[in-house]
Amino acid sequence: MSQARLAPGVVPGRLTPSELAANFVDVAPPLDDHEARVAADRCYFCHDAPCITACPTSIDIPLFIRQIATGTPDAAAMTIFHANILGGMCGRVCPTENLCEGACVRMEAEGKPVEIGALQRYATDGMMAQPVHPFLRAAPTGKRIAVVGAGPAGLSAAHRLAAKGHDVTIFEARPKPGGLNEYGIASYKAVDGFAQAEVNWLLGIGGITLRHDYRLGRDITLDMLRAEYDAVFLGMGLGGVNALRAEGEDRRNVLDAVSFIRDLRQASDLTTLPVGRDVVVIGGGMTAVDAAVQAKLLGAENATIVYRRDQSQMGASRHEQDHATSAGVRIICNAAPVKVHGNGAVVEVEFAYTEIDPDGGLRMTDDRFRLKADQLFRAIGQRLDGVPEALALDGGKIAVTGPGRTSIAGIWAGGDCAAGGDDLTVTAVAEGRDAAEDIHAILMRG
Amino acid sequence: MADLRSDFVGIKSPNPFWLASAPPTDKEYNVRRAFQAGWGGVVWKTLGAEGPPVVNVNGPRYGVVHGPDRRVLGLNNIELITDRPLEVNLREIKQVKRDYPDRAMVISLMVPCDEQSWRDILSRIEDTGADGVELNFGCPHGMSERGMGSAVGQVPEYIEMVTRWVKQYSRMPCIVKLTPNITDVRKPAEAAMRGGADAVSLINTINSITSVDLDLFAPEPTIDGKGAHGGYCGPAVKPIALNMVAEIARNPATHGLPISGIGGVTTWRDAAEFMVLGAGTVQVCTAAMTYGFKVVQEMITGLRDYLDSHDMALSDLIGRAVPNVTDWQYLNLNYVTKARIDQDLCIKCGRCYAACEDTSHQAIAMLPGRVFEVKEDECVACNLCLDVCPVENCITMRELAVGEMDLRTGLRRGTHANWTTHPNNPMAVKAAE
Repeated sequence: MSQARLAPGVVPGRLTPSELAANFVDVAPPLDDHEARVAADRCYFCHDAPCITACPTSIDIPLFIRQIATGTPDAAAMTIFHANILGGMCGRVCPTENLCEGACVRMEAEGKPVEIGALQRYATDGMMAQPVHPFLRAAPTGKRIAVVGAGPAGLSAAHRLAAKGHDVTIFEARPKPGGLNEYGIASYKAVDGFAQAEVNWLLGIGGITLRHDYRLGRDITLDMLRAEYDAVFLGMGLGGVNALRAEGEDRRNVLDAVSFIRDLRQASDLTTLPVGRDVVVIGGGMTAVDAAVQAKLLGAENATIVYRRDQSQMGASRHEQDHATSAGVRIICNAAPVKVHGNGAVVEVEFAYTEIDPDGGLRMTDDRFRLKADQLFRAIGQRLDGVPEALALDGGKIAVTGPGRTSIAGIWAGGDCAAGGDDLTVTAVAEGRDAAEDIHAILMRG
Repeated sequence: MADLRSDFVGIKSPNPFWLASAPPTDKEYNVRRAFQAGWGGVVWKTLGAEGPPVVNVNGPRYGVVHGPDRRVLGLNNIELITDRPLEVNLREIKQVKRDYPDRAMVISLMVPCDEQSWRDILSRIEDTGADGVELNFGCPHGMSERGMGSAVGQVPEYIEMVTRWVKQYSRMPCIVKLTPNITDVRKPAEAAMRGGADAVSLINTINSITSVDLDLFAPEPTIDGKGAHGGYCGPAVKPIALNMVAEIARNPATHGLPISGIGGVTTWRDAAEFMVLGAGTVQVCTAAMTYGFKVVQEMITGLRDYLDSHDMALSDLIGRAVPNVTDWQYLNLNYVTKARIDQDLCIKCGRCYAACEDTSHQAIAMLPGRVFEVKEDECVACNLCLDVCPVENCITMRELAVGEMDLRTGLRRGTHANWTTHPNNPMAVKAAE
């Protein structure tokens, strides 16, 4: 029984502890051995498989599934980890329906792909539960490499570099490593502290020093890193949040969705976390879905996503959208915010329906509506903040060529802060890995 | 990490996984792809005598038996030996072996059953650089009608005679490939050994008709309304092959004779099973023809994982189960088990009940609420319920401790005793002590 269930405003404790616990369980529970065998049996072991092509890290998916099918899940895990050291998290958070599973030939055949993500989690969970880290380091090279950011890109680069025998120091701005894996995804996708467990496991290779509370531009500079290290990899993600550019945006309880998700992930007791009764999220990506769904799970009576373009253009995958609507989230498309109404705090948000003008641009129509809102989340994308001026940019991100080479020799970049690629965990892992290979090749050439 | 390098009768390969003599090894292009994919060796598709090459049918060559979801369980073929000119094959073998010196290159041979023919072909392959020869005494269709293949393999005296010629005219290790289309595989193996064979390989394909077209009233594959029996292979034949390998491995006359195991090897586990029954290498065809050459990668990682987890070397594996293959008469009749159903895992399908009630010993009770329980006083431990249960580990067999009462017989479990000493056996030998 919770007295705050229908309380107006942004308050904690709308749901009982047991309701909250039930709401935030693992969204896709792991496969057991039998389920994994049955799922693996469906793989056709395609030649030059479309699923591999669709994976940003090019995991040999048919091989690892065959290894599961033949009772060697550890061999399967190694097939995954050789390509993607964060295969555990990717098995949980990848939008597989847009990647490997979307490309699965079973989709063509029967509209039901092999459960690649779940199988990947099955294999990697098994190996990560073992006490020994499975990778050995090559002989020491004497080279020292600085990595900025302990997110997926930085961790992936660091592990690959450490495996090659280099000594790596990671500078992380936040108190915990993991980047968006720790701070930026819905908690029901990585339950039981998986993000930290994964980082600890990854660091098990040795040769990686993690330094917290070092922010580039505040505590360290590019020049300092270049002076002290043989190479630098930048993987600091995106620190800034885009503004709505709607009147009244500065009212109370208008927040960034990423902050809400971060606070929720870091909360030790969900009953203390305040949430609105009527929550509105503006945006169309994964962050919008994660914020809206979690608001609903925390006890919001209404949670509504408003996206300015057509539903087919939403960044969130169809699977994510369906997850949101099945959680009771309403999705309104083709509408953009005009004004945030209220008196101190937000009370209502006014939207205008949009249409495509003859030039292909998006424009607001005069057809308007208002949504009741005591909490409004911005989820319209992030931008790179505080990038050193010396680096060339491309569309507001660090310009890179080939395997993450920036405009300055000796400095590589990857992940969300670098131009190009989808802003996905798996893309960041691939970019970190490839930059590490390039760094290694260049450092060892001389 | 376990070392998979193999030395089989002096033929070295980086792993014990070879491609069998068959379509996948018919020419340079395929074999290069196989080696690039990681195969340890190949047995080049059978070469015939000098002269016009054989011709194949121009209709379908294969018949298939599918499992659920069109999984290939068995394949049957009516293809003959290579239909390409001998000199082309020899040139390609030499080129591939030169580029892949670390891989096993064995040449399969089949020529008419006379000394001169064998002498000629052996001299022709002499300078290819190949590591050994395999005598195809197994092909059960087409060539056998011409007095070759299984027509030789079914007559131990011929096997011995030809093997002797091969050992006389060639320095290469000689592997004799045996046909399963016989009654007792030990006889041809013994003949090969008497002839001086360095090893035997088995099984070749089994005479088969995979299916019949019920509109044409003709066996498949159907060639212009007619069909001939083919040679059956793939996962379906593995149990037959395992038994034949074990028979040779445990036969005192042939014990220790190196064996290259063939027959339905699809995964590392299949390979390991052949090896513990005495095979030093395995040969694969159907799995590659179904899934492509890349399947070998799973075999390599799987076998490595297994050896590592058991802290064994590859050589420890070979023949390890042979001492445990015995005759029925030596099985312990005082070993008593009882089926047990895990009620938490049971999904209440009732298949165990149907199997036991209709076809076996009425040893499972069906209680209200679809609860199925074993009646220990009826259970003979036949294992059928476990075999038909769709849930892994739901039904298990519990071994009775020595001295524990068997509720079915009313007797306490005794120590080891087999049929040779059983009172019901009129031929029983008196216990020595």
